[in-house]
Amino acid sequence: MAEERGGGVPGGLWSGSISFGLVNVPVRLFPAYRTVPTGLRMVTPDGVPVERRYWCPKDEREVDRDELVRGFEVEDGSFVVLTDEELEGLEPRKSREIDLRRFVEVAELDRFHFDRAYILAPAGDSTKAYRLLAAAMEETGRAGIATFVMRTREYLVAILARDGILWAETLRFHDEVRAPADVDLAEAPEASSDAIETMKKAVAARSRGAIDRGELKDTHARKLEALARGKRRAGEGVVRIEEEDASGGAEVIDLMAALKRSLAASGEGGGVRDAAGTRGGGGARDRRDPVEPDLASLTKDELYQRARDRDIPGRSRMTKSELVRALS
Amino acid sequence: MARAVWKGVLRFAQAAVPVKLYSAVADRGIHFRLLHADDLVPVEQRYVDPRTGEQVPRARLRRGYRLDGNTLVVLEQTELEAVEPESSRTIEVRRFVEPRAIDHRWYDRPYWLGPDRDPRSYGALTAALADLGFEGVARWVMRKRAYVGALRVERGRLALITLRSADEVVETGELEAPTGREPTGQEMEMARRLVDALSGDWEPADWSDEHRERVLELVEAKQAGRTVRIEDYRSAPTAESDLEQALAASLQAARAGSAVA
Repeated sequence: MAEERGGGVPGGLWSGSISFGLVNVPVRLFPAYRTVPTGLRMVTPDGVPVERRYWCPKDEREVDRDELVRGFEVEDGSFVVLTDEELEGLEPRKSREIDLRRFVEVAELDRFHFDRAYILAPAGDSTKAYRLLAAAMEETGRAGIATFVMRTREYLVAILARDGILWAETLRFHDEVRAPADVDLAEAPEASSDAIETMKKAVAARSRGAIDRGELKDTHARKLEALARGKRRAGEGVVRIEEEDASGGAEVIDLMAALKRSLAASGEGGGVRDAAGTRGGGGARDRRDPVEPDLASLTKDELYQRARDRDIPGRSRMTKSELVRALS
Repeated sequence: MARAVWKGVLRFAQAAVPVKLYSAVADRGIHFRLLHADDLVPVEQRYVDPRTGEQVPRARLRRGYRLDGNTLVVLEQTELEAVEPESSRTIEVRRFVEPRAIDHRWYDRPYWLGPDRDPRSYGALTAALADLGFEGVARWVMRKRAYVGALRVERGRLALITLRSADEVVETGELEAPTGREPTGQEMEMARRLVDALSGDWEPADWSDEHRERVLELVEAKQAGRTVRIEDYRSAPTAESDLEQALAASLQAARAGSAVA
């Protein structure tokens, strides 16, 4: 889930490809939402940020991450242990591919299904197939639908185009959305035409143009920050903390800058020479690439793939920086 | 099953419509527990003072607000409560806007609204919104949290979809689409035809979470003492020179009906 929260933004959350028919478009996935750090954290009474540790209640001792396994509860207190290798073995063959098998009218998509939005940037050295797909979908008013697996979870996704940019919207699966009958909700009762007319007047009294972005501001977050600043001015409860304690803050990366770079990077493909342009090559991202890029510049997903290739134990529970360390 | 999660009253101008909120989302995710490998006992998470390694019990935990750099300000419970949004049963409909004025990227969680005490006003509002084709922008405070939501008519009932905060959603106006040589008219035409050939209706039930099913099967297999296997596969990106050929072959396949599931 860490990747959903926007970890490792510079290179995107995921890289793979979109295919429609036999056309294959390498892409990188970026979140369309920023992780908004509230600034709030748990501290000791004298203001030192606490650490989270795992505790085994039976042995009554702390346990390290590498002493943990993942269990699925089959009945109370009884678990089946699933290893990383077993879960990876369940990934579909084309797990790096978003295969658009069907296109639907954008307007037809049910709003209750929309979950999270992502922006797709071209990843190969040519943007032509990307632009072609975007233009064809925009002109026809359609969105492509596919399922794909990103790190042990399957997503239903709609790929949409707007102003030449491809978007992904993860959609809730049909059994994740409740129909009115699931909550015993009958259709709205009939109302008299008088009552409807009165209601329409009340609606008209409040209808005006567009939505105002200002109305969507998180005022509570602002109040919290103002409270903290006020206390600092008054010199109350102020504590100096070490920089490394501020790990949350260090991840506040300029998402916009990363996105702009990625959307612009592919350009016309001049000067980039590698296997990506030849058919039957190693794939969207050849992991046998002899030129090792700087590990820190890889996405968490790419690091994970490498850790998996090298069979590094405990990889599924590692953070991005732990993966970098384990791989270097 | 049909338990309401909250009750409130939609209010705007002179109107008041009491409603119950029902979650329209069912969690079907697979949840794992972290176990201690030695004894397969679920582990607990504890907060520890990094200086001493000792547990800090919940009652002694405080909230700290981290300001720029390495300054942190300790906030007391009473101070946190003082800035909490004031609880109320009012769902204030601030305005009604044209349909589609609210972008789906803002959507967070949907709720069904059911009538509460006064089914007539519920019926009248549903009919009025359906006729006018408007949707409302509402604000309310539910369990100490402030929400903004889109009030809509869905399948003959009222629904409220919570919206994400403005700080969260990336402003996309500043983004520029990738550039490059224009696709040829022929390529465009074929791409359009390919999209057409692969088009169908939006049928949510046609798509299922197969990965979730496979995980559940694996759990069963392991209980019975069996195992499963892995394969990896990636396609090569389509080179510019091959684009037209790939489109033509895809079109042919799509026409043959093999591409639409």
